[in-house]
Amino acid sequence: MGNRADMLNNLDESAISKKRNEKNNAIKDTPARVGFKVFNYIFLTLLGILCLIPLWHLLMLSFSNPNLAVKANGVVLWPLSGVNASTQEAMSATLGGYQIVFKNSALIRGYANTIFYVGAGCILSVICASIGAYCISRRTIFGSYLLIIMMLSMFFNGGMIPTYMVNKALGLVNTRWVIVLTGMLSVFNIIILQMAFRNLPDGLEESAQLDGAGHFTMLFKISLPLIKASIAVITLMYAIQKWNDYMTAQIYIRNSKLYPLQIILRQILLDAQAPEGVDISTMESQGNMQELVKYCTTIVGTVPLLCFYPFIQKYFVKGIMIGSMKG
Amino acid sequence: MRLSDIKKDWLRNKSVYFLALPMLVYFFIFNYLPIGGIMLAFEDYTARGGTLGSEWIGIKNFITFFSTYYFPRLMRNTILISLQNMVVNFPAPIILALLLNEMENQIFKKTVQTMSYMPFFVSTVVICGIIQDFVGMNGPITTALVSLGVLPKAQDLLSLKPFFVPILVVSNVWQGMGYGSIIFLAVLSSVDQELYEAAKIDGAGRWKQTLHITIPGIRTMIMMMLIMQVSSLLNVAMDKIILLYRPTTYEVADVIMSFVYRRGLMEGAYGFSTAVQIFNSIVSMLLLIIANATSRKYSEFSLF
Repeated sequence: MGNRADMLNNLDESAISKKRNEKNNAIKDTPARVGFKVFNYIFLTLLGILCLIPLWHLLMLSFSNPNLAVKANGVVLWPLSGVNASTQEAMSATLGGYQIVFKNSALIRGYANTIFYVGAGCILSVICASIGAYCISRRTIFGSYLLIIMMLSMFFNGGMIPTYMVNKALGLVNTRWVIVLTGMLSVFNIIILQMAFRNLPDGLEESAQLDGAGHFTMLFKISLPLIKASIAVITLMYAIQKWNDYMTAQIYIRNSKLYPLQIILRQILLDAQAPEGVDISTMESQGNMQELVKYCTTIVGTVPLLCFYPFIQKYFVKGIMIGSMKG
Repeated sequence: MRLSDIKKDWLRNKSVYFLALPMLVYFFIFNYLPIGGIMLAFEDYTARGGTLGSEWIGIKNFITFFSTYYFPRLMRNTILISLQNMVVNFPAPIILALLLNEMENQIFKKTVQTMSYMPFFVSTVVICGIIQDFVGMNGPITTALVSLGVLPKAQDLLSLKPFFVPILVVSNVWQGMGYGSIIFLAVLSSVDQELYEAAKIDGAGRWKQTLHITIPGIRTMIMMMLIMQVSSLLNVAMDKIILLYRPTTYEVADVIMSFVYRRGLMEGAYGFSTAVQIFNSIVSMLLLIIANATSRKYSEFSLF
């Protein structure tokens, strides 16, 4: 276990890179190396931009004039506006799309549902996973069997239809609970947490028990606050996954009042449905406006996660590394 | 382990076991109970009979599946999509990681990395929306292909059979490359730096160093990932496919899992599609065992 901590320390990239920079400055590069470096920087810059372009394109389209946006057939790098050549009417960039989107009751409800699913899911998932991990990390005879029972579930499961039948028999289909419960206890998370618990010093447990702490005090008051970083990692991973998950709802939810955001997005983006509760008949060019609404919806559905990701990616990277090191 | 030990353990840790009980119940209900449900595959499922009371028909569902024209089509599509996806998407993150590793300017490296993870945070639904927009009638990609002379006239590329798989594969690169490279970068940074020093003294250039130190350093991780990929050959991620395919492209786009979803959940053929899924699981298991054995023989690395 100490070994793993060492490895994590080694991964402190800045220290390594500093060392490497000093060395590389000392030795002169060959022309081939310089050529490669130039190529590498240019190539990776382009690649990075290529990763961003599609979303940038949509963001800019969402502010564009709807009549121009529909006709645009290249990559759009700034909001489109202009003057209509025949009527001399100004076609300005607009926020109109967003005004329609935010009046869309289905979308708002989808948002609220998703926030509920993510919130309830996160809380339940973290509490259950930490209790589970705590039980496994205790020194009991059957603790390791508990772990094996869980690990096996990663390899053997009934598959889509039998799982559906079980949920149906339990009366979970078409309720909010099916989304919260599906994937609530992830084996992967339990393993991460139980490793974190085992890394805590032994004396902690003994002294707490001497002071008369029960399991719940031990877990929630003493152990959990000490492994905040691991908790943050699994919560984030879970939240992102839950926010983006559409398959569960697609399979289990028929009631449109319970639809999460992703299903609403699918209807608007892919099935080209005019969003429910939106009156676009007053617009002079309905079709064009509908396109604009599509772009705006994409942005509205994606931006919340994208705002966070530069900040959470540090944890994200760490989570992946912890996960890989157990293997 | 003696009985008295167990007794002592029980007395001491009773409460721990009670705490663990809800977790066990959860795994039993949501993971192990459905395994019993695979008996659906051997039944002529009717809503009246339910899972336990429907008529037992042996392996008739399997025979039906093998004899329909769906079988060759699904197998061909699944394997073709999987292989094309693997050929492009397996090396992409490794190459990206190696190139990022060669960058000395850390700020630059971090920025490119951050940019490359971003698509991973975008949901599948939105990604499919973006794809549809980019390859639609007026989409930038369609326009580019027309002006390059690849396409005679602007068309919705998703409804054209030859374009479906390339679109899927390229969008997978876009979505997963940056995220996939994280793990390789992590392993790369734990390669012993002294090896590079020693190689430099021996006169090895940067290319030689990459070939003889870096690649062997991440070989275990590469092999592990490869075995996983081979074993999931038949489990093509279907969420994207069922969002993007249309009846006109079923011919090239329908894979086993999307078929199970369509026939099972949308058309209610529970027994039949469970049989299809069991076939899929058995083949996947065999592939995993074969890949693992091959790897153990030739690269001395194995998962189990």
